[in-house]
Amino acid sequence: MIEVKHLTKKYGSQVAVNDLSFTIEKGQIYGLLGPNGAGKTTTMNIMTGCLAATAGEVKINGYDIFEDALQAKKLIGYLPEQPPLYTDRTSREYLGFVGRAKGIPEKELAGQIDHVMEVTQITAMGNRLIKNLSKGYKQRVGIAQALLGDPEVVILDEPTVGLDPHQIIEIRDLITTLGKKRTVILSSHILSEVQAVCQTILIISKGRLVACDTPENLESLLAGTATVNLTAECSEAQARGLLERLDDVTQIQTLSARDGRCSLRLGTDQPDGDEVCRKLFFAFADARWPILELSVARASLEQVFIELTSNEPQSPREPEEAPEEEEEYPPQEPEDGDNTLEAEIPRPVLEELEIDPETLDIAAGAESEEADEN
Amino acid sequence: MKAVFRHELSSYFSGVTGYVFGAFMLLFVGIYMMVYNISYATTLFEYVPGSMCFVYIIIIPILTMRVLAEEKRAKTDQLLYSLPISMTKVVLGKYMAMLCILLIPTLIMCVYPLLLTAYGNVYLPAAFSAIAGFFLLGAALLAIGTFVSSLTESQAVAAGLCFAVMLLNYFLASLSGYVSTSAFGSVMALTVVIILLALVVWLMTKSSFAGLVVGIVLEAALLVVYLVNSTLFAGLFPSIIDELSLFERFYVFVGEGNGGVFDITGVVYFLTVAGFFLFLSVQSMERKRWSE
Repeated sequence: MIEVKHLTKKYGSQVAVNDLSFTIEKGQIYGLLGPNGAGKTTTMNIMTGCLAATAGEVKINGYDIFEDALQAKKLIGYLPEQPPLYTDRTSREYLGFVGRAKGIPEKELAGQIDHVMEVTQITAMGNRLIKNLSKGYKQRVGIAQALLGDPEVVILDEPTVGLDPHQIIEIRDLITTLGKKRTVILSSHILSEVQAVCQTILIISKGRLVACDTPENLESLLAGTATVNLTAECSEAQARGLLERLDDVTQIQTLSARDGRCSLRLGTDQPDGDEVCRKLFFAFADARWPILELSVARASLEQVFIELTSNEPQSPREPEEAPEEEEEYPPQEPEDGDNTLEAEIPRPVLEELEIDPETLDIAAGAESEEADEN
Repeated sequence: MKAVFRHELSSYFSGVTGYVFGAFMLLFVGIYMMVYNISYATTLFEYVPGSMCFVYIIIIPILTMRVLAEEKRAKTDQLLYSLPISMTKVVLGKYMAMLCILLIPTLIMCVYPLLLTAYGNVYLPAAFSAIAGFFLLGAALLAIGTFVSSLTESQAVAAGLCFAVMLLNYFLASLSGYVSTSAFGSVMALTVVIILLALVVWLMTKSSFAGLVVGIVLEAALLVVYLVNSTLFAGLFPSIIDELSLFERFYVFVGEGNGGVFDITGVVYFLTVAGFFLFLSVQSMERKRWSE
């Protein structure tokens, strides 16, 4: 479907994308994951013909994005990071323009517009000026625009950035629906997001592909040890004293300690979290400190992410780690800080969307933005 | 191209720009017709476009300032790059829409000489030829404005820069009178032009080497020609400036009291200028794909 071969993009002396190669198969949802500045947007811009590559090629169904640009672009719907909306038009007018520009015949146009508006659930907003729409609806109009002309591939650059948690879930459902019929490629720096919707994850760091596999396989790479979250009604010192006597617990991190209770994150050397939980339960029960919360955290994909994208490899297994297709991709070499694109390690909390601090920050940001607009 | 044209045209009329542009132009047509044809009771309608061409200095920047700059600022240019239409068609579509906005008041302007025929002996070919020249001048200026707009992300900068360029062009002919007509003076002036050109090349390509090569080659050619035949250069620079003035070309269409000439070379000149600057606009937009 899409072949990316030895793609390189340099901005002056900065290398944004470095010899990137991968293949996208039909009918799946792909997630392009990487820290900020890893080259996700640049890669997507090149794939959609918005940017020229310094070297390498991109082929969409055999059409080169530069040689046969018009043919190739017809197969792609693209939503850039900032939805390219003409805010002084209504969504229907805007979609009309995009549809005509995509060469949809005039008699099919109205039907297609109705269809994409229905899919993205913006029918009710059709005659409102785009500038008066909320951020979530603007994003939907952007997605609707990408869907016009029924492209085989839909490329979405950070589709959920700036949305509140509720909207994020809606957009995710929408993406899942789209993925049933089309190839969808989305980028994100939020792991839980990619994990939630994608069948294949491509992890990019400093312009290089460091992994490409299903979320399950990536997780099993580092299935090594379980992490347990624990909240108990006792002081932090008491909890630590107790936990230090347990052999399985290798690492204790305090998340919070106040009002006579403490929350801890425990690293273990056991692959099976349940076993550790049993021991914890009885240990705390014997000491008569009630456990208020006990859960096994599935942070392992996050660990894969951090490990693959951080500057210094944290584990010696790392370079060989790359999944099945490793021959195709050069393993990440530890670089001596000569690369200007610093890998940014995301906050090691999250997993559940509900407590995802990043999402909450974003939601707060979106609200204030909307307030500004009004 | 049709899609872009339609979109642009409707956005001019969904806001006030289209209406303000037309109203402003027609206001001046009205004022000058009052002055020349009614107060002075002349039958020569060509004075009206002839006098009001300075209005272009103000209204052309208003029309062109947002055309490409706003796309860049709002990042809607991303959409244009990813759509299956070439940048040439995008720029042409936008340009055609602006031409259309200009054409509407120009057509209304054609009614005035017809009205005047009821009261006097108006020589219609001269009047319409002046109006045609007026429209072509506007077409060339619009292309320049489009190019200026493609250089920046800010509408204000685009408007300011475009205004400055129009103003300079308007006064170019009067300024040329102050330039030295000696051969040496021309060579010096051309050297300055070459240095500026080399700087522009340097800025556009971001390669000091390219700028230097352009500068040195042109300067060498200039000096060789000067040494071989210096008489060629006498009065050359002022006449080059005169040739560059779009407004001077337009005055040929108006004539000086005894009817103008429908100057074919002038038509070709305006169209060439328009084509050249549209080409530059496309290149300027394409450049973003390659560097940034």
